[in-house]
Amino acid sequence: MITRRELLRNAGLGAFAASVPAISFAEADTDARLVLVILRGAVDGLAVAAPYGDSKYRNVRGELAIDTPGSTEGLLNLDGFFGLHPAMKNTHDLYRNDQALVVHAVASPYRERSHFDAQDVLENGSELAGGIRNGWLNRALEPLGGSLGQESAIAMAQNTPLVLRGGNSVTSWAPSRLPDANEATLHRIEQLYAHDEFFAVRLRQAFDSQDIAGNMGGMDGQRRNNELEQWKILADAAAKFLTAADGPQIAVLEAGGWDTHANQGAAGGYLSNRLTALDEALISLRRGLGNTWSKTVVAVVTEFGRTVKVNGTRGTDHGTATAALLLGGAVSGGQVVADWPGLGSNDLYEGRDLYPTSDLRGIFKSILIEHLQLEEGFVTREVFPDSAFIRPLNGLIRS
Amino acid sequence: MKIETVIAANRFGLGAKPGELARIDKDPRAWLLDQLDGPSRLPSEIRDLPNSASALVDVQKVREMRRDQRQTADDEPAPDIVQQYGATIRRHYIEQTDARFRVAAKTDFPFHERLVHFWANHFAVSADKQPIPAVAGLYENEAIRPNLNGSFADLLLAVESHPAMIIFLDNQRSIGPNSTLAKRASRRRADQEVGINENLAREILELHTIGVDGGYSQQDVTSLARVITGWSVGGGNQGRFNEGTPGKFEFREVIHEPGKQTILGRTYKQEGMKQGIAVLLDLATHPSTAEFIATKLARHFISDDPPAEVVSEIAGVFLETGGALPAVHAALVNSKAAWNETFAKYKTPQDYVISAFRAFDRVPDNGRFVVGALDLMGQTPFRPGSPAGWPDTAEAWGGADALYKRIEWANSAGRLAGAKANPVAVAESVLGPALGEHTKTAISRAESAEQGMTLFLVSPEFQRR
Repeated sequence: MITRRELLRNAGLGAFAASVPAISFAEADTDARLVLVILRGAVDGLAVAAPYGDSKYRNVRGELAIDTPGSTEGLLNLDGFFGLHPAMKNTHDLYRNDQALVVHAVASPYRERSHFDAQDVLENGSELAGGIRNGWLNRALEPLGGSLGQESAIAMAQNTPLVLRGGNSVTSWAPSRLPDANEATLHRIEQLYAHDEFFAVRLRQAFDSQDIAGNMGGMDGQRRNNELEQWKILADAAAKFLTAADGPQIAVLEAGGWDTHANQGAAGGYLSNRLTALDEALISLRRGLGNTWSKTVVAVVTEFGRTVKVNGTRGTDHGTATAALLLGGAVSGGQVVADWPGLGSNDLYEGRDLYPTSDLRGIFKSILIEHLQLEEGFVTREVFPDSAFIRPLNGLIRS
Repeated sequence: MKIETVIAANRFGLGAKPGELARIDKDPRAWLLDQLDGPSRLPSEIRDLPNSASALVDVQKVREMRRDQRQTADDEPAPDIVQQYGATIRRHYIEQTDARFRVAAKTDFPFHERLVHFWANHFAVSADKQPIPAVAGLYENEAIRPNLNGSFADLLLAVESHPAMIIFLDNQRSIGPNSTLAKRASRRRADQEVGINENLAREILELHTIGVDGGYSQQDVTSLARVITGWSVGGGNQGRFNEGTPGKFEFREVIHEPGKQTILGRTYKQEGMKQGIAVLLDLATHPSTAEFIATKLARHFISDDPPAEVVSEIAGVFLETGGALPAVHAALVNSKAAWNETFAKYKTPQDYVISAFRAFDRVPDNGRFVVGALDLMGQTPFRPGSPAGWPDTAEAWGGADALYKRIEWANSAGRLAGAKANPVAVAESVLGPALGEHTKTAISRAESAEQGMTLFLVSPEFQRR
């Protein structure tokens, strides 16, 4: 719908407005760094940041409840009401140094319970699965001025995830299970491509990436199956890319396996092991970024949360709201941002899930606008269309 | 040797096997047109596979064992049951992947096989949703493969009534709000969740027939979702869904939304399953469908941005023949643009790997090897990750990391050719007159036969078609 005011504005700008986008791209902050970590499979936000101060917590969580801060294997205190999972010690240190924060009771606009559609919504930036066929973060690249060979974003994967797919050129890197071709063969391939620009450009890009990341995660002939170790490899590689001269300023990482329908565990166990690995990957990223950390925001998000109650198999089923983490020197850390909906049965969404009180798009918008310095009108129009009513969530980014 | 010969074998086929170019050089166009109906007898690899109903029952059995254990025992389900579930699914998946790539590597009907792959991708299911890995290959063989010599309508009906598609897009439990079951449920328990699921209906319009710009509204999606309520899968262990043959298509009258529905301005008064068939038959011959299919075919085979003339030629034949697929496929072959001497298409990882096997006259002897290679290059078999299927352009596949992975793979795949093979001879027999002097010189100067094979596999000529 076009409002009367927009109509007048367009009329005033006349023919010029029709041919030139009325957006100023000049002020985007190309020093700022962003790492988006997508946890696929729906992470239990009540385990990541547990509301131990809610009088209902221990009762509704039953055997998945974690002890209060101060006990052995107890939660790591955040603000006297929420506590971080005991597996996330490094993240907790960052929190205490005001370099990490939690947003709780947050969800994408998606309100059903399919991973598949929920991830689509999380990544396409609309309110519907398939609502837009490319990713919001790709659309956000426009003002950052990347180009072929000088991409402003990298997917730490062979396949570019939907959130980064679209019209703007992005690059990619993933660890390999195969040994590198030897120098002599690579040199011959370079000569072979001398007269073919398509291949020559890509080979140069690939060499650039190899120079930065090397054959990291290369198995040296050995097979490595440990998925959790791979996260650290990807995080280390992301740090290398983001600190390289002329490297990208945005990286996307993905980590799966959070769909804890059975035997989730509380302070220890399956979920705890994964959170430990995530925590280690995050601190490794922080170390790798060095001074660049001060200009970095790391956003850790998932497609939806899990049921408040424990199911019949000591796990949790698909839910709605969950927690998101923001880390980095550019984050206004040391706080839990939540309009807490409560855990009473009347407080829950459809009687089973944590009620969503804020929208992930509000977090993303504040990162794009306050951190990457993208123009708000552009973000509302192009990156998250039909979301004017979702305001950027203020106070997350250090001013 | 004619350049048309190379175009036929590489652009429309799966890459030449040694000797193939010489064999078809007399009339490459006739060679393509002769393949439109496919081989008269299914390859044994495919005949030997189980049917999808038995695969689904197989998976369901282990699933129920797991559920029973959870319900009866206080303890967690035994790890071996969880493992058995994964192993059952994986066994089916590897077996089907193995069959698919063996057939592709050796077939003498490579254009027909490409068409099977094209249509399976147009009507994509994806193995990242359970239990699709156990049936994705069977779906291709049951719904797609036997229907390419008929009409698009036949193909569409086969696809939308196949359990794999129904499960993949959640239609099996989509319940009409005024259906017998919904009314019964609301009398019993007002809060019981019953309702339609629009997933399959939306993709039928958006991805399978008229396309996203085909001129439909949200209302059309909702109406079509009501029309196809009841298109479900037989069996299952829940009380209200246990009718029908397990794992086979089952129309469940009890959840079907009664009454007339209007879609794209036309009213459908039919009852039961006939209503859905009538809608699909109309969608199958809709002008937007003709345009959408013609565009996708031309983009897949000819160029990422196909010329408007070739799209309208193919769409014209589609409309004139009521969507007769052999005629539509022939229109593609008979178009002028098809024989353009610029090799505009960049091979997908899948076709890259298949064509390498064919070039070396080898058949992959282990499905896991193919899965590993394609996983590395980002095109894990049967796993496009979305009902939109794999993308079809160089923009999607031509990333730097993707090229580097090909180089790494080619570096180790060179040995597949065998020690005695002569790389220049292989390159000439596969690329014929398309092999450029620069590449030929580079291959001939390689320091070893294996390196020569690697250079051949990574050459621009071998990666384009």
